[in-house]
This record gives sequence, structure tokens and C-alpha cells, in this order.
Amino acid sequence: MKAMNIVNAVNDALDIKLTEDKNVVVYGEDAGFEGGVFRVTEGLQKKHGVERVFDSPLAESGIAGTAVGMAAAGLRPVIEMQFCGFIYPAFNQIISHITRMHNRSRGNYKMSIVIRLPYGGGINALEHHSESMEAIFAHIPGLKVVVPSTPHDAKGLLISAIESDDPVLFLEPKRIYRAIKQEVSEEKFSVPIGKAKVLSQGTDVTVVAYGAMIREVQKAMVMAKEAGYSVELIDLRTIYPLDKETISASVKKTGRIVFVGEEPRSFGVGSEIMALANEEAFLHLEAPPKRVAAFDVIVPYPRGEHHYMITPDKIFYEIERTIKF
Amino acid sequence: MFDQFDPAEDKMLQVIDNNGKVISKELMPDLSDEEMVKLYKEMLFVRTLDFMIVSYQRQGRVYTYPPNIGQEAIGVAAGAVLRHEDWLVPAFREMGAWLAKGVTMKEIFMFNMGFEEGLKFTEANHILPFSVPIASQLIHGAGIGYAIKYQKKDEVAMAFVGDGGTSEGDFHEALNFAGVWKVPVIFVIQNNQYAISVPVKMQTASINLAVKSVAYGIRGLKVDGNDIFAMLAAFRYAHEYARKEQQAVLIEAVTYRKGAHTTSDDPTKYRTTDEEKEWDKKDPLRRMKLFLEKKKLWSDAEEERVTEEYKKEIDRQFMETEETVQYPLEDALKYTYAEMPQDLRDQQIEHEKFLQWKNARK
Repeated sequence: MKAMNIVNAVNDALDIKLTEDKNVVVYGEDAGFEGGVFRVTEGLQKKHGVERVFDSPLAESGIAGTAVGMAAAGLRPVIEMQFCGFIYPAFNQIISHITRMHNRSRGNYKMSIVIRLPYGGGINALEHHSESMEAIFAHIPGLKVVVPSTPHDAKGLLISAIESDDPVLFLEPKRIYRAIKQEVSEEKFSVPIGKAKVLSQGTDVTVVAYGAMIREVQKAMVMAKEAGYSVELIDLRTIYPLDKETISASVKKTGRIVFVGEEPRSFGVGSEIMALANEEAFLHLEAPPKRVAAFDVIVPYPRGEHHYMITPDKIFYEIERTIKF
Repeated sequence: MFDQFDPAEDKMLQVIDNNGKVISKELMPDLSDEEMVKLYKEMLFVRTLDFMIVSYQRQGRVYTYPPNIGQEAIGVAAGAVLRHEDWLVPAFREMGAWLAKGVTMKEIFMFNMGFEEGLKFTEANHILPFSVPIASQLIHGAGIGYAIKYQKKDEVAMAFVGDGGTSEGDFHEALNFAGVWKVPVIFVIQNNQYAISVPVKMQTASINLAVKSVAYGIRGLKVDGNDIFAMLAAFRYAHEYARKEQQAVLIEAVTYRKGAHTTSDDPTKYRTTDEEKEWDKKDPLRRMKLFLEKKKLWSDAEEERVTEEYKKEIDRQFMETEETVQYPLEDALKYTYAEMPQDLRDQQIEHEKFLQWKNARK
């Protein structure tokens, strides 16, 4: 065991896969020599060579599109998009090829591609560096969307993602890249894609969240405990495919559900969770399912971002309203 | 060859003229009489197949189809150069190359009848499915090039695009990546003068399309795309260069789309019959036929006999395909993911319950 933050854990997972599988290559803007702007791939080029861990030209469509060719030829590329707001030039390659080549070739070409994407707000960044647009990607048939909230899950999920024969968008909550340290096994292990995790058992309300919002919910739960409420917290870990079983079993038990996300509220991941609660647990509901999510606006610049971000007291406020409904 | 036909000077590689007369003897590729006849017959086959598919479309037996007519020399020459292990990254108008790689007629029919199954290419090695989003596939070629180099394989990738595609950002990203990475990829622009209705002069202010190679530090070549000997000479040279030097090449094949963009298009709306007549003189089959006739290797009688044979075989295989294809529900669902998510399975089960209900009502 070794104390790791999410940056260390992602680096460790990449190191393990680069070591055991010669088909794995890692590249992106600044991902080689410098080790990425967040230093997530630091040291990997030195250890595994410039042919396997490298800097690409500054072109996101090119990065995503070359991965299609590499995967067709049998490699397992892990590509880095520097910031969530920079992924859009690659969107055509993702929606037109990465997620379709397997279907279009009737299974002839597997797209074993991992797209690493630091996402989310709360870091006082420039425009295009703080958004949380995972719902757009979760809507694309052919893609799996994964988001860890702990170093342990970051390592295990990334190993699963690299070994997946389907393309995976691997969201990294950059706000908590270095905020949490955890004892993580240095051995190889995996966390399955498509399985949520119940982080805390409770009886009054189910709270569903993921990524950087988990920590905010946990802070709200301290307030909830003081107020005498028993909260069950589910960390989604995978957005698509959604672990419907875990969520619906929990809602059937508690009778209430609150979704917490830093995404724009309308047509988001939260909307899917609300639909799930209604479709799967309608007769068990004691209160309307509730979304606590961001406004349907562009993430404000740093001085205004506090208006946008979901805070523990806001989460507690909605938990209490739902329980008291 | 690259220096001799410097695209910056707008030179074009040509071997025969419009009357099939050899004008650059030293560039004539080394070919036996049999090989020459074979190349011609391949072009004739593509033209016949193309013609037949257009007529099936008119009969409502296949969907929208983009004809190859006028551009046969490029695909056939590419097919003659690509080896089993080489990669073909198609756009959608290079049928001669698909057939040479091992794509079957039945697969082409299935694709045009509306079955993804036609893109499985069961008997072909190293060919990606046809690509509709313009120029996006060129980047796949650069990625394959990287994999070839990384795996230390003796392979070359050839990726196709049209003249309109050179305006897309992905065209530039592909050439740039391939140039920086120094990978064995031949990018082929079929400059057929029109992107649907938009003429090539509205796509670029460059003197030609091959010259765009200069900006990416790779070699480029402008070739008469209606001269099969010129195309073969260029492809052979580029193939050897890409392999030996581990470098990308850009080839502009100057041609003319004699037919419509697709069966849904009407070219009389945007071009003149004078222009079409001018290009008829440069038709790739006509030129090679004149060449072969002079050498007494081909005749009208032979052409008629062979064409009839082709038509019979094409029709036989088309009807066989029509009789055998089916599209069960499962085929619509099982290929989106390599590992099907439970939720998608549940969606299928739910839909099957509906189908049971529907059938019970009958």
C-alpha cells in the first residue's frame, strides 16, 4: 500500500498498463516530456520511451482521429485532452468514428481507446477550463463514461478502461486531483465499469453524486447527521452504463432521492437519474425526486464562480426539504 | 520524380495523351501486355458494376449511390499497388481499390441495399469501412501510419479524400501529424473538380492541391488521374518512397466526376455540356483503350463480349444478394458496444415484449 492522490493513482495505472501491454501508448498535448499540465503522466516518457509516451501536435481532432487508426491496427491508445473545454474539436472524431467504428465494421475493428479528460470547476480557472459537460458524452451510443472520486477508484477504473474493448471517456475531477490522499495498493487491480458504490448506508434519503461533488455531499452529510437525518450516499463511478440496480434498490429503501451534480441542470445526468427513480421506484417515493445542479449557464469567470458551484449548505438545504416534504 | 514534377511549379505527371499516345516513355511503368489488359479489364469492370448499381438504384433496389464513372483509373491503379498487408482508408469513390483489397461485390451490394454487414469486408485485409464525414478518415490513416512504424511492420497506408475535403481542418491535421511523425502514409486527393456543386476554385486559392504538401514538410505530386499509367507510376514511386523513407506523401489525382455526386444529384444544374464534352476526351477508359488498340491488345468485339459477361455475373450476384439478406432486430443492437451494457439488453427485452404483444394481436 502507498499513499496516493488521484494524480498519483492515474499515473500508477498508466505505468502498470504500459509495463504489461506493449500495445498501450499514451499521448496528447504536453503529455510526453512535461508529463501533462497537471503532471499526471510525469515520468512515464522517461520510463517507457518517447515512442510510447509522447507529445502530439496541438490538435484535438488529430489526437482523437489518430487513435482510431491506431486502435484499428491493434494498439490501445490512451489519449489526453488537456481540459474539458478543449475537447470539442475532437467531438466529430468521437461521435462519428470512435463510437461507431465497431458497429460500422460489424465488430471487425474494436476501438480500445481511452480519452482522459480533466473536468469540472472550482479551481479559479480561465474560461473553457471548468465545465462539466459529461451528459453530452453519456448521450452518445457506443461510448462508456467513467468518473472516479477517489484515488483507489481512479486507479482501478482506469485499468478497466484501458482493458475495455469499447471506447471510454475517463473524466478526472481536477478540483480534487491532489485534495484526497488514500492508501492504495501498488499491485494491479481493477474496479468494474458500470458499478456504482454505496459510500454510506442510510435510511431517510438517497443522494446520488460523482466526481468532485462526492466530497461536497460528504460535508453536507455532517450537517445532516447533526440534524438527525440518515443519508445514503451513492457514488456513481460510471455514468454510462448507469448502475440502475444499485440506485433503484436504494430509492426503494429510502423513498427519497436527491441528485447532486456540477453540470448544467437541464437534460443532464441528473435528469436521467430522476427518470430512473420515477420509472423504477415510483410507488416507493415519499417525495419528488430532486436535482441539485448548476444553473443552465456558462460557468462564470472566477469572481462569479461561487454563484455557480454547488456548496455543502445548498446540498443540505435540498436534502432537508426533500426529507420534510 | 518529386523534383521533376514539383507541384509548386504546377507540373503534372502524364504518360499518355488523350489519344492513347505515349508522351513520356521513360515514365511508362514496367508492365507486360497481359498486365496492361488486366488493368483495362479492371477499369471496365468497375465501370460496368458502377453502371449496373446506378440502374438498380433507378429501379428502387438500392439506396443513394455515389458513382465512380470517370475516376476508375485512380482506384484501379491504387489497387494494383497496394499489397495484402497494406492499409486502405477509403472515402467512398475508389471502387477499384476496394475490389483489389478483397471487398466482394456482394458486400458492395449489401452496403448499398442498406446493410452495415456490407462493411464487414470478411475477405479483405486491412481496409477500413467507407467514411462519409468528409476528410475525417485521413487522420485515421495517420494513426495507422503511427502503428505501422511503432510495430516495425513493412506496411503502407493509403487514405483517400476528394477535392472538397482539402478545405476541412481534418485534412490539414492529418497531413501535419503524418509529417511530424514521419509515417508511411500516402494521401490521395481525387480532384474530380466538384464537391457536389461547388467547383474546386471555390475551395482554395492554391495553384493546385498537391502543393499543400509543402506546408507540412512532405512530398507532393500532381498526377493526371485519368491516365492509368501515370497513376500507376506515381503510386509505385510513392509506395516505395513511403516504405523506404518512412515518410508521408500527398498525391493529387486530377480527374472528372462524369456522373452525379450521388444518385440524388443533378449535375446539369451546375455545369455545362461543353465542359463535359471536353472531359469526355480525357476519359480514362477511352485513353487506355486507344493505347491498347494500337498495340492490337484490345478490340470493340472483345469489349462487348467481356462487358456482357460482367453484366451477367453482376446481375447473378445481385439477385443472390437480394434473396439472402435479412436484418434481424439483434443486428441493430449488438454491434454498438463490444460488450453490450445491461441497460441495452433490457431495452431489447422490453421491445421484444412489445413485439410479442403485437404478434398476438394479428
